[in-house]
Amino acid sequence: MLGLQAFFFYIFAFIAVGAAMMVVFSKNPVHSVLFLILTFVASAGLFLLAGAEFLAMILIVVYVGAVAILFLFVVMMLDLDIGQLKRRAVQYAPFGAIIAVLLLAQLIIAGSGTLADPTLAIATALPMSEVGGGSNIEQLGNVLYTRYILYFQLAGLILFVAMIGAIVLTLRHKEKVRRQSIPDQVARNPATAIEIKKVESGRGI
Amino acid sequence: MEVGLGQYLTVAAILFVIGVFGIFMNRKNIITILMSVELILLAVNINFVAFSAFLNDLAGQVFALFVLTVAAAEAAIGLAILVVFFRNRGSIAVDDVNTMKG
Repeated sequence: MLGLQAFFFYIFAFIAVGAAMMVVFSKNPVHSVLFLILTFVASAGLFLLAGAEFLAMILIVVYVGAVAILFLFVVMMLDLDIGQLKRRAVQYAPFGAIIAVLLLAQLIIAGSGTLADPTLAIATALPMSEVGGGSNIEQLGNVLYTRYILYFQLAGLILFVAMIGAIVLTLRHKEKVRRQSIPDQVARNPATAIEIKKVESGRGI
Repeated sequence: MEVGLGQYLTVAAILFVIGVFGIFMNRKNIITILMSVELILLAVNINFVAFSAFLNDLAGQVFALFVLTVAAAEAAIGLAILVVFFRNRGSIAVDDVNTMKG
């Protein structure tokens, strides 16, 4: 008999793994993005079960709400030739499968070796019992704004640079669009702005 | 049957391997490669959170937060480069990225 926590863990785990498979194997990039969203949601469930509530919500907000939607926008904006992608997709699959099996074996061997290591539990950098506050988000806030403030601000700087970079990369000025030029307007004075002409009567300019 | 650290690490390992496999499988399609990278980073985050929960160590969750930040920045920049590349070449096939003849 599975406990409730184990039951939900296996549901979320199978959804995450299955959706991740579909991300890779789906031929249509739009379907891939939708399955990526499903993977993120299931992983957020796994985070919740592990007690990391704040990260679970951040995963929903940042990944599902921002990153995956960004992917969706780009996939739909680019006019992709799906048939062409389909034809050439399977060429590297056997090589990739070999790499994947080797990597999985390595991970299993490495994981099963280190899990029993008793030094793992002693060498905690930041024990939760030493951090004040009750809930997970309170604890995270307690350390994020004190002990890890420099890293936190560095993360903000990274996001800022990424934002500026994305804007600079994708911004383009069209030649034909007439724009307001603030410096030109400010630099105007009566001498340059007005031209007075003597008009002789009966002739025009 | 309780859920332990091993189960979480297994899920993360499978997701990681799927991500790596996706990079090889869809070598022609750069969008799927970017999505595979996101999968790999997600697997790393699951590892961090699992260790954080089972060792009662909050540092893992803090680091997972920073991994998430960098992943978001990477996705934004990668997709921006992709859009610019598509504007210039009209295609996003990896084979067409040969202007520099490196």
